Amino acid sequence: MTWTDQADTHACVLLRIGERTFALAADQVAELVAPSRIFRFPHHTQALDGVILRRGRVVPVCDLAVKLTGKRLISRRFYLIAWRQQASSKETVALPVSGECELIKADLTPAGPSDSPHVSAWLSYNGEVIEVLNLNALTPEIIPVADPTEVVPPTEVHA
Amino acid sequence: MRFESTHKSPTVRSEQIILFRCSSQLLAISSASVQEVRSVDSLAGVASEIIVPGVRTVRHALQRGDRSIYVVNVALHFGLKPSPASLIFLLRKSRVALLLDGIEKMTTMTRLQALPAAFHNDERRWYRGLTVLEQNVIPVVNPAGFLTDEEFIQLDLVTNQDRQELAALASANAPEVGLVT
Repeated sequence: MTWTDQADTHACVLLRIGERTFALAADQVAELVAPSRIFRFPHHTQALDGVILRRGRVVPVCDLAVKLTGKRLISRRFYLIAWRQQASSKETVALPVSGECELIKADLTPAGPSDSPHVSAWLSYNGEVIEVLNLNALTPEIIPVADPTEVVPPTEVHA
Repeated sequence: MRFESTHKSPTVRSEQIILFRCSSQLLAISSASVQEVRSVDSLAGVASEIIVPGVRTVRHALQRGDRSIYVVNVALHFGLKPSPASLIFLLRKSRVALLLDGIEKMTTMTRLQALPAAFHNDERRWYRGLTVLEQNVIPVVNPAGFLTDEEFIQLDLVTNQDRQELAALASANAPEVGLVT
């Protein structure tokens, strides 16, 4: 294989959502974890389900199944923790997936103007044409947050 | 010759919080922002009913001196299933009181994590952040996030009108005192 052949080959992670297979650029994937308890609290961001706790940090859970397959995911076998970046902000998001993921190398075809915004490219693998997902188009916009949030030490009260 | 140690052990900053329940949801609030905890019964005769179409979370107001304190139903505020409320938190340096189900416990938090940037609606105003206690994620409410300035204006308008009407009624019913010459 020559250098020019390798130039168009990208590492991707294949993920199953319901009956369909999608791909995500490997450099966007942080880890694949077993489903843990999801914490839900009142909010109005429709795309988000709640948060999970991963190594002491909260990670928002974004279920892509309805957007991508039109159906809710019945069983969540894993959470794929992925990075998403908008401008200078970077944040992880947990994507519920229905099966194990696979790391592959494949040639990518860039998405055309007629493709949906959630498709960043296409790849062909084992005779199947697979959408490479654009996470920014599928997940809520990142709001820049002042970090870290500090706790306020208790004030001493003297009688 | 002895030198005093210049090394200081890092002190963990902590904040006292009250964990409270509303409907089925556990929430936290800084105990420093709560001035008084009262039972609903103790305020039964003191609270006056108030209905402002644009502010559906407030149904009662308390009069403290010349200040009106608005009682926010926490379940309605967060869109939770209505539940029988038993306690009222009167917030410090605020004209807001919170109607809630009950106190779970008082504890301390050492770390407050920012709400993930993916959350971008009312919740950014509702919460100061999230804290992790015994492997549970608890939202820490923002005491200033219950009523907006516009909502205060609407509520004040109605309470001032009610007060003026009451004053007018009282002066109309008062016995006339005339000068007898």
